[in-house]
Amino acid sequence: MTDITRSDLYSLTVPSKPLFGRAGWSAFLSAALVVCVVVPVLNLWVPEGHALHMSDFMVGLLGKILTYAICALAIGMIWGQAGILSLGHGLFFALGGYVMGMYLMRQIGADGVYGSALPDFMVFLGWTELPWFWALSHSFVATLLLVVLVPGGLAFLFGYLAFRSRITGVYFSIITQALTLAAMLLFFRNETGFGGNNGFTDFRRILGFPLASEEMRVILFAVSGITLLGFVLLARWLLLSKFGRVLHAIRDAESRVMFCGYNPLHYKLSIWVISAAMCGVAGALYVPQVGIINPSEMSPANSIEMAVWAAVGGRTSLIGPIVGAFVVNGAKSVLTVSFPEFWLFFLGALFIVVTLFMPNGLAGLAKQTWNRFRGVRT
Amino acid sequence: MSGTPTPFAFRKHIGWCLLLLGALWSAAAHALSPEDAWALAEGDTATRIEALHRLALSDSQRAHDLIRALAREAVQVQGQQVLIADHGRWIDATTGAAVDGAGASAVMLNNRLRNALEQSLALLDLFDPDPMRQQAAAQRLRESQLTRPDPVLAAQIERALSPPYGQRLAAPARLVLEQAQAVVRLGSSDAPQRLAAAQVLAELGQPLVRNRLAEQLERESDPAVQQALRTAVAAIDRSLALAEVVRQVFAGISLGSILLLVALGLAITYGLLGVINMAHGELIMIGAYATFVVHALFQQFLPGWFEWYLLAALPIAFMASALVGALMERGVIRWLYGRPLETLLATWGISLILIQLVRSTFGAQNVAVVSPQWMSGGVEVMSGLTLPWNRIFIIAFAAAVVIGVALFIGRTRMGLFVRGVTQNRPMAACMGVNTARVDTLAFAFGSGIAGLAGVAVSQIGNVAPDLGQQYIIDSFMVVVLGGVGQLAGTVYAAMGLGVVNKFIEGWAGAVLAKIAVLVLIILIIQKRPQGLFALKGRSA
Repeated sequence: MTDITRSDLYSLTVPSKPLFGRAGWSAFLSAALVVCVVVPVLNLWVPEGHALHMSDFMVGLLGKILTYAICALAIGMIWGQAGILSLGHGLFFALGGYVMGMYLMRQIGADGVYGSALPDFMVFLGWTELPWFWALSHSFVATLLLVVLVPGGLAFLFGYLAFRSRITGVYFSIITQALTLAAMLLFFRNETGFGGNNGFTDFRRILGFPLASEEMRVILFAVSGITLLGFVLLARWLLLSKFGRVLHAIRDAESRVMFCGYNPLHYKLSIWVISAAMCGVAGALYVPQVGIINPSEMSPANSIEMAVWAAVGGRTSLIGPIVGAFVVNGAKSVLTVSFPEFWLFFLGALFIVVTLFMPNGLAGLAKQTWNRFRGVRT
Repeated sequence: MSGTPTPFAFRKHIGWCLLLLGALWSAAAHALSPEDAWALAEGDTATRIEALHRLALSDSQRAHDLIRALAREAVQVQGQQVLIADHGRWIDATTGAAVDGAGASAVMLNNRLRNALEQSLALLDLFDPDPMRQQAAAQRLRESQLTRPDPVLAAQIERALSPPYGQRLAAPARLVLEQAQAVVRLGSSDAPQRLAAAQVLAELGQPLVRNRLAEQLERESDPAVQQALRTAVAAIDRSLALAEVVRQVFAGISLGSILLLVALGLAITYGLLGVINMAHGELIMIGAYATFVVHALFQQFLPGWFEWYLLAALPIAFMASALVGALMERGVIRWLYGRPLETLLATWGISLILIQLVRSTFGAQNVAVVSPQWMSGGVEVMSGLTLPWNRIFIIAFAAAVVIGVALFIGRTRMGLFVRGVTQNRPMAACMGVNTARVDTLAFAFGSGIAGLAGVAVSQIGNVAPDLGQQYIIDSFMVVVLGGVGQLAGTVYAAMGLGVVNKFIEGWAGAVLAKIAVLVLIILIIQKRPQGLFALKGRSA
């Protein structure tokens, strides 16, 4: 908490600062350039074997991590800015993924093993028609809407119930964890209509274009990157506005905010729903890239791992969680291959070290170092 | 075998019986004639079965040994001599003398003989001095009459109930055998016998019996018997329904006692420190592995005392988990006071490390923990409802742990401090309570209880490194529902969740029951955000 001076109070009423400074904008635009131009060129046009060539595996991995970074950003928004730790964001991620997966299943058409217009698992279960909740799955536009609406709607319902009765802190965290566990159990059932424990896989095409092509991989990568950058802009805009200020105030002293005449419910619910919807979008981008979605995405462990991405990067900063997602997942893809038995040790130690010694994560560390550096110079 | 000479009453074998009677009076009360032994071992099947039935009801210990040996296919013949394999050597079936078994050939068994042997074994056990074995044998005979009625065995049952033998039966075994007899008599041509049988069987609330009665009802012509059969079927239906309810309540209490054991430690640490220990499940897992180690050590070094390894495992599991808990509190949790969300993540990290540590040490597979003999089997509380002993023991154990915790919290000086710090930390500190020490000790105590829970769950499920994960969210739910600061809240919440869960499971399946319970908890918290049984007052 910082002391509020008179000028700060005025600044609450005047229009907020520009989104980024000069350096910020140039960093943002160069990131966009890397995502949309550099990576595609290095992957598609630089010949294989060249030192600068980027392998398909690398593009796939980075594309996947970009969607994770969106989740980390979403967690950072809700945890770092509003002080609410969710251990159930994996559920929203998976729901977005399932909505996209339904569309991709319909896109298989009659090319499945059984040659039926129905998805294979339904034929296998002996169903003769699509359940009602598959009604809109043929339409890409409806899918795009539902990717936001389904996780957002569930988050609204759950958040309304939880925030209205002022459930906070660890209580809220473990109830979100129970929620994702319940959903996982539900999705494991064949009768639920989402393919049981196998989930959806064997996707063929999206919008009529084959999914397993090099170009599609790069396109999905770029779309993920642009979405992430768009969400960064959105988050930055939200947090610089009055809305963001009130959120910080709720995080730091909820009772005082109430005594000032604000109803924290609306603010918390809004950021909660936005954060959930962001995760849903991330899930929808994730599924066509990895080619599978199943209920294990909803396992409580996955959601907790998302929280640690944000914690490692620094949850109170906007960029921190994104950096954290890249660092942790990069380490994961290296360690699980070369030292599989050490991965859990590493991850566990990461949880402990970050919470004990780096409360503000890598971003906090960087800021500290930068300040000390400047302090020495001047 | 009691050595009392009993007069035989077989009209058919009267001469032979008189002979045997003489033998019984003599010192060689356990004699078996070579002719009888030979008749059992060789010859045509009908004669052999006849000999079998005769010998099974005789008092000859050697004859019984021979029948048992035949049932485990350890009998050979050598010339006219019948031999039994006994711990790697051969003995003569009639004299018991060790002999050289060279050149002996195995006796043949066919399926008819095997079935007859199985029934004869039950008859042998029926007259065992141990009343438990008698009852088990009677139950076996009853089942076999229900599933595949056999006229020869029916005659044997009649005979076993008749005066000279019947006196040797203990009361419970006699009752069961009478039921077996009633099953036979249900098909008799004599209407009064059928009537009596229907009345006896009405007491026996089993689905199989109900089917038999219903079958008989369809072809019954006598109106009085019809009426009795109808009453019997209705009575069985009632008792089956009751048994189902009792079974569900018991299953619920059983689940509740597990939930209570796993959540109790968590409730203490959460109440005290306000942090959720995500590694609580792993403390349970450590308790289970401690049990496994003790179990393996007993197997290796103290096989004679193996039955009692659980008693040794209790303090060791408690200490192991308490030690890990104390280290956690001193090493990590202490430094995160005032930051409950970070504590959540840090303890999750600890849980990952503990899982991997155990996985690297003991391997990723399940380890086998053999329950002691006295925990196996069950007790039949009403006909058609057997409650397993291991569940009963766990319920009793949970009750004992709750009483122990209540005494610790309510009656000791340390417990007073724990209550004080739970209710108002700064005030307790002002009164001179060393809160840091209380924290460590109480955390170790709560962890130790998780270790005790580990001993319990090792007896009913697989012991694997990720054992704790399946209990952790359930135990959170108990704490959330029960509120903190009161032991009673945890007990009610655990029992309530257990029973509700099992009842919903009865008609909606396990998964939907679990989901329904989670939704229920979320809805209950709407009205009571601090849990159902939270302390009221300014501090709560």
